[in-house]
Amino acid sequence: MSFLSYLINGVSLGSIYAIIALGYTMVYGIARMLNFAHGDVIMVGAFAIFTAVSTLGLPSLAGILIAVLVCTVLGLAIETVAYRPLRGASSLAVLITAIGVSYLLQNVALLIFGSNARQFTSVVHIPNVKLAGGALSISGETIVTIASCLLIMIALTTFINRTKIGQAMLAVSEDRGAATLMGINVNKTIAVTFAIGSALAAIAGALLCSTYPSLTPYTGSMPGIKAFTAAVFGGIGSIPGALLGGIILGVVENLSKAYISSQLSDAIVFSLLILILLVRPTGILGKKIHEKV
Amino acid sequence: MKKLKYGYKNLITYAMVIAFWAVVQLLIATGNLSSLMKGLLVPVCYYAILAVSLNLTVGILGELSLGHAGFMCVGAFSGAFFTRCMEEAIPSVGARFFLALLIGAAVAGVFGILIGIPVLRLKGDYLAIVTLAFGEIIKNLINVMYVGRDHNGFHFSIKDTTSLGLDKETGVVLIKGAQGITGTPRAATFTIGILLLLLTLVIVLNLIHSRTGRAVMSIRDNRIAAESIGINVTKYKLLAFSVSAALAGLAGVLYAHSLSTLAATPKTFGYNMSIMILVYVVLGGLGNIRGSVVAAVILTALPELLRGLADYRMLIYAIVLIVMMLFNSSPKAIELRAVLFERLKNKKNPAKGAV
Repeated sequence: MSFLSYLINGVSLGSIYAIIALGYTMVYGIARMLNFAHGDVIMVGAFAIFTAVSTLGLPSLAGILIAVLVCTVLGLAIETVAYRPLRGASSLAVLITAIGVSYLLQNVALLIFGSNARQFTSVVHIPNVKLAGGALSISGETIVTIASCLLIMIALTTFINRTKIGQAMLAVSEDRGAATLMGINVNKTIAVTFAIGSALAAIAGALLCSTYPSLTPYTGSMPGIKAFTAAVFGGIGSIPGALLGGIILGVVENLSKAYISSQLSDAIVFSLLILILLVRPTGILGKKIHEKV
Repeated sequence: MKKLKYGYKNLITYAMVIAFWAVVQLLIATGNLSSLMKGLLVPVCYYAILAVSLNLTVGILGELSLGHAGFMCVGAFSGAFFTRCMEEAIPSVGARFFLALLIGAAVAGVFGILIGIPVLRLKGDYLAIVTLAFGEIIKNLINVMYVGRDHNGFHFSIKDTTSLGLDKETGVVLIKGAQGITGTPRAATFTIGILLLLLTLVIVLNLIHSRTGRAVMSIRDNRIAAESIGINVTKYKLLAFSVSAALAGLAGVLYAHSLSTLAATPKTFGYNMSIMILVYVVLGGLGNIRGSVVAAVILTALPELLRGLADYRMLIYAIVLIVMMLFNSSPKAIELRAVLFERLKNKKNPAKGAV
């Protein structure tokens, strides 16, 4: 039974990674850039909820809505100010700018909230579920996390396949030049992608801090890196890949924490990533890159 | 003619480093350097070495590596471990430090080859994430490693100090997991740091302007074309990567000997460190070795110079970083600068502008 419980917790952690990984994978697929600041947007979202719920005393749902709003605006602002002027510049320049944005967000949070860890009140108000006569207990956070991950995946897939703007996103990720010729507003499409990714980051922040309730200005950076690993693992640019990569990563991390060594779990996760990339250089569901001479 | 030009350029770089050393010595002698700045002198050296060596991978070889701190970590730990082990065999601190430098660089270089063989098959962002992963793995493994020694020889464990099973009388714990290595002599001085930086520059600059260096750069510019004229891509990639790793190891040994306690925390050897070095390289200019040195010196000193602004210094650092990147790399900014430059030129020389 304990194995099952580790497994379920792993899937729950993996779902959080998957939601964060969506932000990375969509932005990478469309703008071809590694948005290193994505992890810190999660942290901003969590602090927005913390402020709304713990300081202002608003209900949890209002807190989440505020966080989604704050993160969406923040994502759009970052895109407009820092990334849009660099369109067409080398990918390394964009990467360093993203790192600068990440430092900026961390330090602004540090100035406002200080470096002490804050106790995050869970936004989930569902009691634990006991199965198999009490031998297996699943927390409300776990259920909500897995459910919201599935919901987000379905909603996002429908959005991309069924709406005009979703199709535009696909077109831009396929071939930016051709998409421009077809009359697609590339800047607007990229902005929408950032808005969606940042809104998802806010939700991920709420779920992450409900499960692991300690909140500091650096809360987002390690889950951000892990989620990015998950995105690469599943094949960067692919939405089902993000789900698959996130879940595998979460399960492997939790099981190795439980059965091998809690200190070595990160090393095991990263070794798995390396192994997968050596066998499939573009990730599990990634497209093969053809080389032209 | 060309050879002379390169030699001349390299000499300027060496002269700048020596001049920097002389100015600092002068400031120390006249008592004009604050103790805060004195504390930065050795860090400036190892950051500059790290930046120059990473530039070899990113700027000259053209492969993005986010795991440079991992090689530094390997060098630091193998060097410090050697110094601690040989305390009795080699009583002279200077000699031990010298040998530690060689060993640290060699071990890091071997790691560079071992990691490079599988990793360099990948490209671009995939390579970046895998090198980041390797850096994190190295840091994690060192954090769970316990090594001790007694009259029976060495004992290893990945659990804790008691499971080493050391002899009570003769046993000494050398590496204490997350607490790392303690008791390394603080032998690193500014002069040694500058000498190592000069050595790094000699190695890297000569490598770049050699036949090998040109082969490496041809791979960066067009891999397929380079392959088609018979350049062994894997060999040259590995060579550049492992030299870069070995030099990072050298910086690591210097780092280890500037502190009495060496621990692999996320702050010292995590991906944040690798990213910080990458920032030096990019701001100094990709492929521009002198730029890397200058950027490392300025950016190491900058947060300390801004110390008067207390809490705001890292915030200002972040803003400066973003603004500089936008100013340097944004296509519009480049265009604007070109227009301004053209106007300035025309003002000076109106006759030419009229034509």
